[in-house]
Amino acid sequence: MGLGPSEWQAVFLSIKVGLWATILSLPVGIFVAYALARWEFRGKQFLNALVHLPLVLPPVVTGYLLLLVFGTRGAVGSFLADLGVVLAFQWTGAVLAAAIMAFPLMVRAIRLSIEAVDRKLEDAAATLGASPIQVFRRITLPLILPGVVAGSVLAFAKAIGEFGATITFVANIPGQTQTIPSAIYAFLQVPDGEGVALRLVAISILIAIAAVLVSESIAQRVARKVGER
Amino acid sequence: MLTIKLQHHFEGFRLDVDFTAPPGLTVLFGSSGSGKTSIINAVAGLLRPDVGKVVLAGSTLLDTRTGVYVPPHQRQIGYVFQEGRLFPHLSVAGNLTFGQKSEDPVAMSRIVDLLGISHLLERQPNTLSGGEKQRVAIGRALISKPSLLLADEPLAALDEARKSEILPYFERLRDEIATPIVYVSHSATEVARLATSVVALENGRVIGQGPAMDLLADSSVAPMGIRSVGAVIEGRVGEHCPDGLSELRAGGERLYVPKVAQKVGETIRVRIPAHEVLLAIDEPHAISALNVFKGTVRGLQPTEDRGVVVTLETSAGLILSRVTERSASSLGLQLGATCFAIVKTVAIAPEDVGG
Repeated sequence: MGLGPSEWQAVFLSIKVGLWATILSLPVGIFVAYALARWEFRGKQFLNALVHLPLVLPPVVTGYLLLLVFGTRGAVGSFLADLGVVLAFQWTGAVLAAAIMAFPLMVRAIRLSIEAVDRKLEDAAATLGASPIQVFRRITLPLILPGVVAGSVLAFAKAIGEFGATITFVANIPGQTQTIPSAIYAFLQVPDGEGVALRLVAISILIAIAAVLVSESIAQRVARKVGER
Repeated sequence: MLTIKLQHHFEGFRLDVDFTAPPGLTVLFGSSGSGKTSIINAVAGLLRPDVGKVVLAGSTLLDTRTGVYVPPHQRQIGYVFQEGRLFPHLSVAGNLTFGQKSEDPVAMSRIVDLLGISHLLERQPNTLSGGEKQRVAIGRALISKPSLLLADEPLAALDEARKSEILPYFERLRDEIATPIVYVSHSATEVARLATSVVALENGRVIGQGPAMDLLADSSVAPMGIRSVGAVIEGRVGEHCPDGLSELRAGGERLYVPKVAQKVGETIRVRIPAHEVLLAIDEPHAISALNVFKGTVRGLQPTEDRGVVVTLETSAGLILSRVTERSASSLGLQLGATCFAIVKTVAIAPEDVGG
C-alpha cells in the first residue's frame, strides 16, 4: 500500500487509542446514561451539561483544559505523576482525550436506548424475584444492547478521528502520540506529503466503513434475538 | 388469607379500601378507574400507598405506620399482567424459568402440562399468539412458586375466542393449585365462572363483598352497570341430550343450556343475565322457552333507568330478573309473591357457562 513504518504506526496507534478509549469509557458511559435516564438527583442538569461539553466546546479548548488538569503540573496530573502515571504527551493521554471527546456520543446513544426500555418489563422481573441489580443485568442490559453497540461504534469512530484535543494535549509525536488525523495533518504540512496523506485518508475511510458494518451486523443479530423485527 | 388496607391519593381519584381476601380465587370486580389494578400493584409492591397495611398469611408486606415495606422481589407474589409482559430477549423456556430459584423439573413439567405450552418452549415470545403469550405468562408466574398469584385482567387484551381458550386454565388453577389468587376483572362472566369470592369496587371504594354466588345475586351491587347484572345458578351436569342441549340439575330443578364440554356429574356455574329473564304470575304453558322456575319474590330493587331488578328465590337458587317499572306494577309484584321466571336456553351465552 506504500505506507512507511511510521504511517503504519499511526494507523495502529489510532486503532489502539480508539479501542481503549471505547472500552474504558463504556462502563462509565452506561452508568452515566442510566443515571441521566432514570434517576432524579440534584445536579442532574449540571452532569448532563458537563457530559455534553466536549461536543460543543472547540476541541482545542478541551485539549487545553485536559493539559491544565491532567498535565504533570495539573491538579490531577501531578497526583497521578506521583503514582508514576503520566498522561500528557503519552499515548495514554491520547486515549483520555479521545474518550472524553467521544463520551457525549456514547452516552446519548445509550441513554436513548435506556429510555426506550419498557419499565413494565422490569417491574415484571421484580415480581419474579429479581433484585434491582439482577433486573439490570438480566433485563435492562440485554434490551439496551443495540444502543450500547451503536454508542460504542460511534465512540470508536469519533475516537479514531479525534484531532484537536489530542494534538493539544499530547502533541504529535510520531510513534507515540501521532494518530491518523495528526499524521495526515503533519504530511499535509510537508512538500510531497500529499500522497501519504491521501493513503491515510483512504485507510480512515475503510476503518469507518468497517466499523459501521460491524455495528450493523451486531445490531441486527441482537434485534433478531430480541424479536423487534 | 390476605388482608388489605389502603389509602392513596391519585390525581383526581382517591383509593380507600379495607378488605380481606379469603383462600381461593378472589375477583376484584369493577369498571376501569375503580382502583382494582392499583390495589394489586400495592399488594405486589409496585405501588407504595400513602397509608396502608398489607398482610399475607401472617407476614406483613407493608405497614406505613411502622415503616415496613418489603420490596417486590422479596414478596414472592406472582403477577400475571394484562399485556403478558414476556421478556422479548428470552425464549419461552427462558421466560418460564426466569423466577425459578432452583431447578424443579417436576413442578416445571406439571405447570407446562397444565397450561398446554410444552410445544412452545423453544419459541421466542414475538412468535406467539395472544392466548399463548398469556398462558406462558401464567406459567412464568407459577414456576416462581409464589405464595399468592395476582392477575390483572389477563383476558382483557384477548378476543372472545382467545378468552374462552384461557378461562378454563384459570378454573383449573383455582381447583388444582393451592396458591390463592387475586384476579382483577370488569367482566361479570369471568366473575361468575372463576370467583370463589368477590370484592366489588366503585370509584376506589368497596361497594360489596362476599361469596361469588351471593354477591352476583345481590341486585344492589352492579359495579359494571345494570346490563351486567345477573345471578349464577350452580348445577350438576345431568345429561347431554342428542339435540345439542345439556341438562343441568340444580336443587331439584332442571336447567337446559347449550351443550357444555363438562362431563356428566361435574358441577358447573351458569350466569343468567337479569335482562334475559321473563316473569309470569301464572305458570306458563306452551311456550318456546325451556326453563321455567317457580319462585318467591325476595327483593325489588329500582334501577336508574326506571326498571326494577326482581330477586326470585327458587329451588335452583336465586335468579335475578330486570323488568320495567310498568311491568312490575302491572304484575303487582310484591315481596313474598309467587311468580315464575322464564329463561330461554339460547339466551344463555356459552361463555357464561363454566366450571
